[in-house]
Amino acid sequence: MLKLQNVHTHYGKIEALKGVSLEVKEGEIVSLIGANGAGKSTLLMTVCGDPRASSGKILFEGNDITQANTPDIMRSGLAIVPEGRRVFAGLTVLENLHMGGFFTNKQEFESTLEHVFKLFPRLRERQSQRSGTMSGGEQQMLAIGRALMTKPRMIFLDEPSLGLAPIIINQIFEIIEQLRDEGMTVFLVEQNANQALRLADRGYVLENGEVVLQDTGDNLLVNEDVRKAYLGG
Amino acid sequence: MLETALYFIQQLLNGLTIGSTYALIAIGYTMVYGIIGMINFAHGEIYMIGTYISFIAISGLIPLLGIEYLPLILIITLAVSMFISSTYGWAIERIAYRPVRGGNRLIALISAIGMSIFLQNYVRIAQGSRDIAMPSLIQGGWSFGPPEGFQASLSYMQLFIFIATFITMGGLTLFIARSRMGRACRAVSEDMKMAGLLGINTNRIISLTFVIGAALAAVAGLLLGLYYGVTNPYIGFIAGLKAFTAAVLGGIGSIPGAMLGGLLLGVTESMTSAYFSSEYKDVVSFGLLILILLFRPTGLLGKPEVEKI
Repeated sequence: MLKLQNVHTHYGKIEALKGVSLEVKEGEIVSLIGANGAGKSTLLMTVCGDPRASSGKILFEGNDITQANTPDIMRSGLAIVPEGRRVFAGLTVLENLHMGGFFTNKQEFESTLEHVFKLFPRLRERQSQRSGTMSGGEQQMLAIGRALMTKPRMIFLDEPSLGLAPIIINQIFEIIEQLRDEGMTVFLVEQNANQALRLADRGYVLENGEVVLQDTGDNLLVNEDVRKAYLGG
Repeated sequence: MLETALYFIQQLLNGLTIGSTYALIAIGYTMVYGIIGMINFAHGEIYMIGTYISFIAISGLIPLLGIEYLPLILIITLAVSMFISSTYGWAIERIAYRPVRGGNRLIALISAIGMSIFLQNYVRIAQGSRDIAMPSLIQGGWSFGPPEGFQASLSYMQLFIFIATFITMGGLTLFIARSRMGRACRAVSEDMKMAGLLGINTNRIISLTFVIGAALAAVAGLLLGLYYGVTNPYIGFIAGLKAFTAAVLGGIGSIPGAMLGGLLLGVTESMTSAYFSSEYKDVVSFGLLILILLFRPTGLLGKPEVEKI
């Protein structure tokens, strides 16, 4: 579904991605783990076209999107829950969801909204609250809900567990699994390698802008190097 | 005692009249700042162009069409002026700001000032640099107070300014709060990158804010043009500075702030003129700007949002 071939990305003169190749197949959960600054978020954002790849090729559902505009890419069936959630703090919960469903018609909007409210009953209760006043966990739910409102076939999640209480993290991971069961393709970036790999069908390890390991989630969990570097021995 | 009160009321009415037009222009500054964080210094020229288009419409187009019914004249003039001014607003952004966006802020600022000088001289060449007089379409009014003493008056023109401003601002407020595009404006001004990541074409939202700002400046152009009955190519500069002051006073980036700032500034000016000296009204206005920048840079209503991380 998503295919990266030898992708390089630069921030000015700094090379953040040094020829990354990877693939996410339809219906999979693929986890990308790696240390701070390894280039995980850059990788996601490069697929979204912001910044654009300086060389290489990115294919989404067979279409070359390497040089496409961000809005065009994001309207083609891909959604992102970005790092730090980035909910529109001054807008209410419902307004945030409206922004996700900006391009859907009223009927689609209503049915997708119902689906999101079923996944996150909390959002239904809080729909007229300004999202900036909600807790971190609720904001994370909103960010996921907003991404789902775009009716994506594939969703990117950038560190959804960051800064959340363990009980909320479990909830979020359950939701991710549920999304996969509904047929969504999920590309998950996490520092929380343990949980991310347990959930994943396959995983990639990114170090200094390069993929150094790839395997099934289960194999990576027992891999000696991965255990030492990311799972605390 | 009654006389003092009437005099005060008169100054208040005059101040609110001017203030509401400042507010209309200030909204253009504040919306653009809210979305791309730059001061559109060519915005005052849009207002100036708005006065010219109104004048041309009233003295040229309307007689040509043979319309004599006053409300219809005003509505047609307003529509023509808002449309053409909006086109200018849109074009200014495309020509002078979009190519330099993402670069150093100073570049955009210089580009804005350049655009302002260009527009001023363009109108000067096209229309001449002398004052152009406009027929006073709305005459008459009410007077209050004892027949032999000081009488406070409210002219129909002032009333028209209040009503037109009220409708325009009410419409804008509803648009921003309720409509799909208004919501998008708010979202883009909060986090442009995220809006792009939801598939929203942020360039179009930016264009939209320029178009709205210019349309409101055109409303102010017609209102003030009729009120003063005269225009020239240089009025955009001082009006722009005043409206900018109003926007900063109310809190730049905040639309209710711009409305409040405009009214406050108008009243301050008319009170200064009335009780002190009209020569000093600009000193007081810009002194106020300096004080606000020194002691409350966020303005009256512009509070930095507290976010949970």
